[in-house]
Amino acid sequence: MKRVDIIIIGFGTVGRGLATIIRKNGSLARDRFGVDIRIVGIADLRGSMMDPEGLDIDDALEWKCEISPVNSIELISKGEYDLMVETTPSDVTTGEPAFTHIKTALNLGKAVVTSNKGPIALYYRELMELSERTGSPFRFEASVGGAMPIINLIRDNLAGNQILGIKGIFNGTCNYILTRMAEEGLPYEYVLSEAQSLGIAEADPSYDVDGIDTAEKLTILANAVMGMDIAYHDVSVEGIRRITPDTLKLALDKGYVVKLIGEAVNGKIEVAPRLVPRDHPFALMRGTLNIAEITTDLSGPITVMGRGAGAIEAASAIFSDIISIYRSER
Amino acid sequence: MMRVAMEIELKDIPGQLFGALGPIADLGGNIISIAHQRDLRTPRGTIPIKITIEIDEKHLDDLIARWHDVGITVMQKGEERLHESVFLILVGHIVHTDLKSTIDAVDSTGFAEVVDLTLSMPGIDEESSAGITIKATGRAEMERAIEILEQEAVNKELLLIKPLEEV
Repeated sequence: MKRVDIIIIGFGTVGRGLATIIRKNGSLARDRFGVDIRIVGIADLRGSMMDPEGLDIDDALEWKCEISPVNSIELISKGEYDLMVETTPSDVTTGEPAFTHIKTALNLGKAVVTSNKGPIALYYRELMELSERTGSPFRFEASVGGAMPIINLIRDNLAGNQILGIKGIFNGTCNYILTRMAEEGLPYEYVLSEAQSLGIAEADPSYDVDGIDTAEKLTILANAVMGMDIAYHDVSVEGIRRITPDTLKLALDKGYVVKLIGEAVNGKIEVAPRLVPRDHPFALMRGTLNIAEITTDLSGPITVMGRGAGAIEAASAIFSDIISIYRSER
Repeated sequence: MMRVAMEIELKDIPGQLFGALGPIADLGGNIISIAHQRDLRTPRGTIPIKITIEIDEKHLDDLIARWHDVGITVMQKGEERLHESVFLILVGHIVHTDLKSTIDAVDSTGFAEVVDLTLSMPGIDEESSAGITIKATGRAEMERAIEILEQEAVNKELLLIKPLEEV
């Protein structure tokens, strides 16, 4: 049995989702993979909770453990642990504070697993070089497509294939809005407020509806699994704000639906609404589902779909990353 | 390259089909489809064949001459000039940004045309949408036509929604 002491930096929905999963499926990780995951530290803006033998997860979720004033960076640099989970809010312009957190942990030889897109979209090369130099594992499956497996799928199962292109639907908020607008003939603003009231869209929806989220995910894929060297700022991005019910009706009359598509091919990344034939698999993605078509040289096209958003979904990808770093076959 | 649909007649002697197809390849042409029914006969006793090829326009007369030399007759010839078709949507102030010049940008190429346009106009201040069908002489020409339309869209601040699979 391999005991793995982890710290969680950023105890928002995804960090808390991970704690919930460890409580629920921790025994599965122990029994099936020989990995005993313990949360020895949690840090947030409120301070931190620590226990070298593992925090009580029920108490931690309620912030009922002893709270110390030790901040995130102190816990990362001075704490005793094997792996850091970075789940602070993502910042698309600076990548901070996650970028500093990840660099600090990798420099200390600690393994890092994150769902945080900002630092990877902005500083992929730098972080990978650091991970290689220090021999510290660095995984980020959760940063793209939530529970939909794609990065590890390509790296492991499709190893040896050249990845010629990736395209798909990577943002559940946009997909929900476009689906509702098309099916009900409702205007954008109306469906947006509906999505906001359901918690599918943020109060400030621009990150999703302007295509920024999709562009970040494509940048990560292009760099991590397609061997491209692309900065997020090189991506051409167009969101869905200008789509009207008329647009969708014109498309439908000709047998198309409109989807926000992210595509990486021929060294270029483009995020834009596109016309998708109604019988195409992408057109069947209603609501918040994500889908990706990976074009390979040996295996032809491979299509994956799954839930692209949600705390438990993203946390499940983090949980799998942790297990895959330490698993031993039984 | 142009695409031509033809009906030709072969004599019922060995080697005629090869005599028909050989020159197409020799002239850099490409066979798109061929329908050949061995049992079918014209009143003249010849075998009719429907064939569609892609060939450089300047080699077409040469092809017909070479066929003539081996006794193959061209009975019908019709050019399918615009055989690539793509549907796109423009969103924005389409009319107020001179719709005519947007269409002209494509039509004036000589190799692509806007063959269908459906405009929907909501309130006066709101952006309108237009569904546009473009036809072009070939794939490369279609790509070029879409690029031209993309440039028009950028200049006029219109949103161009392209198909998922481009030509």
